[in-house]
Order: sequence, then C-alpha cells, then structure tokens
Amino acid sequence: MSEKNEISGQGLGSDIAIHVAPSPHLSDQTFTTRRMMTDVLIGLLPLVVMSVYVFRMFAVTQLVICVLACMASEFVFVKMRSKPVTLNDFSAVVTGVILALSLPGTAPWYVGVLASVIAIGIGKVIFGGLGMNIFNPAMVGRAFVMIAFASAMGASAYINADGGVDAMSMATPLTAFKQSGVATSILDLFVGVTNGSLGETSAFACLLGGGYLLYRRTASWEIPAGILSTVIVLSAWADMSGGFGGGFVLHQLFGGALLFGTFFIATDPVSSPVTPKGKWIFGIGAGALIMVIRLFSGYPEGVMFAVLLMNAMTPLINRWTIPKPTGVA
Amino acid sequence: MADQPTALERFVQGILPENPVYRQLLGMCPTLAVTNGMKPAMTMACSVAFVLLCANIVTSLIRGLLKPHLRIVVFTLTIATFVTIADRVLAAYLYQMSKTLGPYIPLIIVNCLIICRCEVCASKQNVFTAASDAVGQSIGFGLALASIAMVRELLGTGGLFGIAILPTAWPDWVIMVLPPGAFITLGLLLGCVNWLEMRRS
Repeated sequence: MSEKNEISGQGLGSDIAIHVAPSPHLSDQTFTTRRMMTDVLIGLLPLVVMSVYVFRMFAVTQLVICVLACMASEFVFVKMRSKPVTLNDFSAVVTGVILALSLPGTAPWYVGVLASVIAIGIGKVIFGGLGMNIFNPAMVGRAFVMIAFASAMGASAYINADGGVDAMSMATPLTAFKQSGVATSILDLFVGVTNGSLGETSAFACLLGGGYLLYRRTASWEIPAGILSTVIVLSAWADMSGGFGGGFVLHQLFGGALLFGTFFIATDPVSSPVTPKGKWIFGIGAGALIMVIRLFSGYPEGVMFAVLLMNAMTPLINRWTIPKPTGVA
Repeated sequence: MADQPTALERFVQGILPENPVYRQLLGMCPTLAVTNGMKPAMTMACSVAFVLLCANIVTSLIRGLLKPHLRIVVFTLTIATFVTIADRVLAAYLYQMSKTLGPYIPLIIVNCLIICRCEVCASKQNVFTAASDAVGQSIGFGLALASIAMVRELLGTGGLFGIAILPTAWPDWVIMVLPPGAFITLGLLLGCVNWLEMRRS
C-alpha cells in the first residue's frame, strides 16, 4: 500500500520536508485496503457460520478450496507480472470466500479451483491488479464456471439427496418457485435452512453482515438501497399483476442470492460507480435487471449477471455523473 | 521497384513477423467464429489459402490494367469469384462442413486479409512474388487458426479433430467452444505473442 505521508519538520536539525499531494487530503490513515478487506471478512462471518451450519462439510471443503486457490493464483499471477506480492491486503481471501459462498456445495473441486484461477487471473490481475479490474473478480470466475460446467452449476446440481444434508434434498427456493410455483416459507428463507448457493440461504446472516459493512462505511448504502427498493417495487408490481396472492415481495427479497449479492458483491468499490448519484443509478439498474432475469429468463436467479452487466456500465455511469465544480454554470 | 520486398521475404514475413492474425489483426471474424474445433478451422484456413492464392495471382496478372479509383472494386470482384468457387466446392463435396461453417465461407469475400494482400503486394509486384506472398500469409493464417482452435477444442471437448485425447474424466469446459472462449483465447494468445516479442527485442 501507499507509503505513510512524511511528517513535515521532524526536528530542528533535519531538512524540512513538506508533503505536497493533490486532493483529496485523507486524514484517516487507518482507512486502508487491508482494513476494508478485514471488514468485509468480518461481515462475511455470519454467512460462513450459517453455511457451515446448514451445509456441513460441503461448505467447509468449498471454502478451503476457493480460498487456497485464490491465494495461490494471486501469488502466481502477480509474480508473473513481476509486481510485489499483494497477498497481505487480504483481497484474494475476500474473493475466495465470496466465490465459495456463491457456489453450490455439491460443485466438484475443479469448479472451485478453475473459478478461482479465472477470478484472480482474468478477472483481476490481467487488468492491472486490485483497483484496476472492471468486473467483480468473484463474479467473473463464477460466470466462467457457470457457462463452462452447466451441469455442475445449474439448478439440478444443487440437489444432492445422499449427502446427509437435509437442505440439499430439495430444490432451491427460486427454482421451486419458477418451475412448479411452490413458495418456500418466509421464515425458512429468513433463517436460511433452505437449499441454495452456500452463502445465500440465510437472509438474516446477510442482513447482519451487510449491516456491519454499512455501519463501518466499508460498503456505501446507496447501492443496497437502490437495488432493494427497485426489487421491492418491481416484485410488488409483479405480485399485483400476476396474482401471486401476497408474500411474493418477501419471497423475492429473502430468496436466492439477492441480499448476499446486494451487500457483498454489488458494493465492490472497485467495480461500482464513485459518485452517490452514480451509485443510485447502479443500484436501480442492477435491481431492475435482477427482476427481469428472475421473471422472464430461463435462469431462476439473476444477481450475478445483473452485477456483471452493471459493472460494464460503470465507466459510463461515472462519466454521466461527474459532479460540477462549484461556481461553474 | 527496388524497395519492394523479394519473393522470399514476402513468404517468410507472412508466417510469423507479419502474421495476419497475431501481428496485423486481420481476418478477426473467421478467427473468432470458426475456431471452436480443428476441423472447421482447418477447412476455413484451406479455403482462405485457395482464395488468397488465386486472387493474388489474378490481381498480379492484371496489375498493369488497374485504375487507381477502381482497384478495390476489381479486387472484390476477383475475390468474390474465387469465394463462390470455394463455397460451391465445399457444398458439393463436404456438405456437413459447409453447413457447419454456414455464412463464414461467403464472408471470406470481405476478409480484409485478402484485400490487404492484393493492395499491398499483388497489385504492385510480379506473379511469382504475389504467389509466394499468398502462400506465406496463408500458412501464417492457418497456424494462427490452428493455435486458437487447438486450445479451444482441447479444453472444450477434451479432443482434437473430434478424436478424444484427454482422459474421459476430463470435465469439458463448454465455455471454450462458445463465443466467450474465442475472445478469451485470442486475447491470451495475443498477449503471449506480444510478450515473446518483447522478450526477444
């Protein structure tokens, strides 16, 4: 990370060094990448605990595979670019945990490994490392394996009746709803004892971890607010016009990867817009895409594609929302 | 003309130093579209080689008659003639392959690689030089398509030319035979070529 600013005038005898730098003049020296990543890891803790509680060894194996593979790829790819190794800013660990939590527990080992290599290599380091990537690395890796191994990542892959895990014996809530119109009880969705990708099942854990990120201001509140309000409005609209008979809004809100993606993936500061207005546009766009994919496409869930599509829009949104300097008409 | 490269230079340049795909970035459309397997890629490379050779020879023969403002039209019509021949021959003798390649054989007409060679070499130099230029460029194009198709087919289906090579436990990376695989493979291989070039100099 950047060197500590030199303190001017350290003693009578020493040369007076005046630090000259363009704004912003950050006063908080503790707000580093490492601190942000640690915050995200703390925020992810409830999700990790919940996934291990629900999916047992499936979750543990997937987490270990993804984190180790992400750290190894970070090491190798950064070495290949002959840059200093950046393992100690924890960004690779965060990518690994988010990636593991977004995969189905049943996915074979090579899915996690390949997703990690693609996430770090093609998603991040090829663009110039952390801070330069245009797409969320974990979602790049997940999208790659989702298209590469459709059978290991599709809706049916989530079901594994022999694994000794109760949750895995049923279809994921959104798939059950899409294919047979069966709604899962809101309480189950809230607590998280349903099938799904490892980290997404428990709305409560996502809200807890997400709330911590917002409280620490590691994640900006505008993006979650934009996504959630859009999803609420659109699902309420679909509920009224589709005759789902109420409960649809909460089902859409607590089911699937919405809360997990909203708090931990869409808020990635690197691949989301910088201005508050831009963040609102990003959030509303992502929320609308999620609902369009959920309601009208063949996929039961659309958080990953929605976030990736909005990542691609981010440079444009940034250009739209450049703040006007004071005093200029 | 003294400053024009000789026939041998033209031949050698086409293969690596001025490789149509990796150095000139020409003919990207077939490069991305038909490299999902070795068979279609090689059929495409042969078709392009045939068209390029014939077009270069004819253009070189009539180079004294070319009017500057009409030359592109003449190039295009010449190329279109040979593309039609290639298209009909494929449809007659390799019907399945012709179906697989679909519109990409007729699209050779607008492959910039061929117009570029007519413009750069054939319209200015004698028949022998033009022919060796066409052969060199065709080999370069074929090698480039083969390199991309090899990576994509091997990872995507576990085999080459439709014959299984990797063990059956190999999980097919379906994405590699789909369009995203083409872009990722081309980008990474281009990066490798540039990196090797940087190391050499």
